[in-house]
Amino acid sequence: MKAVVLENIVKTYTTKKSIIKAVDDVSFSVEEGEIFGLIGPDGSGKTSIFRILTTLLLADKGNARVLGYDVVKDWKVIRSIIGYMPGRFSLYQDLTVEENLEFFATIFNTTIQENYNLISDIYKQLEPFKTRRAGKLSGGMKQKLALSCALIHKPKILFLDEPTTGVDPVSRKEFWEMLKRLKAQGISIIVSTPYMDEAKLCDRIALMQNGKIMKIDLPQNIVNEFGKNLYAVHSENMFTLLNDLRAYPQTENCFAFGENHHLTMKEDDPNKLNDYLKSTGHNNFTISKIEPGIEDCFMQLMK
Amino acid sequence: MNREIVIRTEKLTKKFGDFVAVDEVSFEVYKGEIFGFLGANGAGKTTAMKMLIGISKPSYGNAQIGGFDVYKQTEQIKKNIGYMSQKFSLYEDLTIKENIRLFGGIYGLTDKEIETKSEALINKLNLSNEANKVVSSLPLGWKQKLAFSIAILHEPKIVFLDEPTGGVDPITRRQFWDMIYEAAHNGITIFVTTHYMDEAEYCDRVSIMVDGVITALNSPKGLKEKYKAETMEEVFVMLARSAKRGE
Repeated sequence: MKAVVLENIVKTYTTKKSIIKAVDDVSFSVEEGEIFGLIGPDGSGKTSIFRILTTLLLADKGNARVLGYDVVKDWKVIRSIIGYMPGRFSLYQDLTVEENLEFFATIFNTTIQENYNLISDIYKQLEPFKTRRAGKLSGGMKQKLALSCALIHKPKILFLDEPTTGVDPVSRKEFWEMLKRLKAQGISIIVSTPYMDEAKLCDRIALMQNGKIMKIDLPQNIVNEFGKNLYAVHSENMFTLLNDLRAYPQTENCFAFGENHHLTMKEDDPNKLNDYLKSTGHNNFTISKIEPGIEDCFMQLMK
Repeated sequence: MNREIVIRTEKLTKKFGDFVAVDEVSFEVYKGEIFGFLGANGAGKTTAMKMLIGISKPSYGNAQIGGFDVYKQTEQIKKNIGYMSQKFSLYEDLTIKENIRLFGGIYGLTDKEIETKSEALINKLNLSNEANKVVSSLPLGWKQKLAFSIAILHEPKIVFLDEPTGGVDPITRRQFWDMIYEAAHNGITIFVTTHYMDEAEYCDRVSIMVDGVITALNSPKGLKEKYKAETMEEVFVMLARSAKRGE
């Protein structure tokens, strides 16, 4: 059975001044035991999809099922078998760490002890602060508590809406390591993120923009379909280099990318580029062919 | 090289009870520099930034921002800096023009200055068709570009950017950095925090804060050489992993 199936889902929001198509005829499915990533910037429709699948929002059109249950008719069953971590911190700020966890365990007719093994990894780091009120926790600790609360009833599917937004690179790494361990315990995970470098940590990903899916595949397949040679160009003066590369007649796309600029060319000839950069007065520059990342692919698809 | 210093801190410290959030931090930032202020969640970045923009009094230590003292001259500091963050930037229910007018007024620009600058800004950002629309109807990327332009409307000496590109699409994120480069080129000092490590590479110098202390400060190239790392992400992970403080 599929963990999740969406068929032609549409969701529109109407305000006094405008109509926004948040989800625009989206269909996809997620396999059981998979880590599936929805990758896209704010406003691409990720949260609306999460809220439809977790039975908190009704779609205008289309069908969706979670482990075979219909999101409209079977909402009660679905709520008991999923875990959901919303993008905004939604625990009780004035309850302590332990009280929050106990509260969620009780709601789902279970106890902290019964499923402790599932959360022990994560919760161990929180235990020294278990009498602290949730509202007084730092960002990273709030995120760990929210994940513990979403897991305490041993859900079959975990929905994580931007769990790593605003989280530093070290905590982000640790968070993904936790997700891998949960996957190993047979839990299906649907996760969204605006950080493109996290895409490669998913089994499959959907690249989203403006309520539509631009592409859906294994991260490696998306990279393989880039279809162009991509070059990393570096020189002593990166700011001048960017302007010079953009002025180069054969340049198709050029973006700053950390310590290099990434470049695709119309007439793909690195030797000519080499001559051009020499003629514009650059010294000690390097041009190397590289494998594109998901962010390169995303930007190519956005055009 | 004798460069003008626009931010200078000496043993700047902030304590909350026994907890030392910022622990004797000393550094300098030069005019026109893009200075990346990095650190793990809970390392003390926000607390330090609040002291620098004059809204939180240090426990001890000194700091001058644009030559003004963080204890006695907080009002002058506020007039000489710009500020934007992902969380607070513009008033959503005002139009683009109204936001420009409001912030221009707050920063003491004359009506005439506001009018000229408003027109120039709207043309530059290609927003003439949207100028009378409320800000909430704009895509996030546009909002952030507009917020940055408004934060430097009064031509401050320094602009503080607190995670300005969070959640923004990759192309807009890069256009945002083009604007940062241009502002720095015009002599505005940029003080920026980010969780995108590729953006750390775009800074002239970067400081990394761990447990309230600045443990590294250098150009991205210098840091990568020192820590024998390929990327700034590696440098960051190496330094931040040593953090003892439980966030």
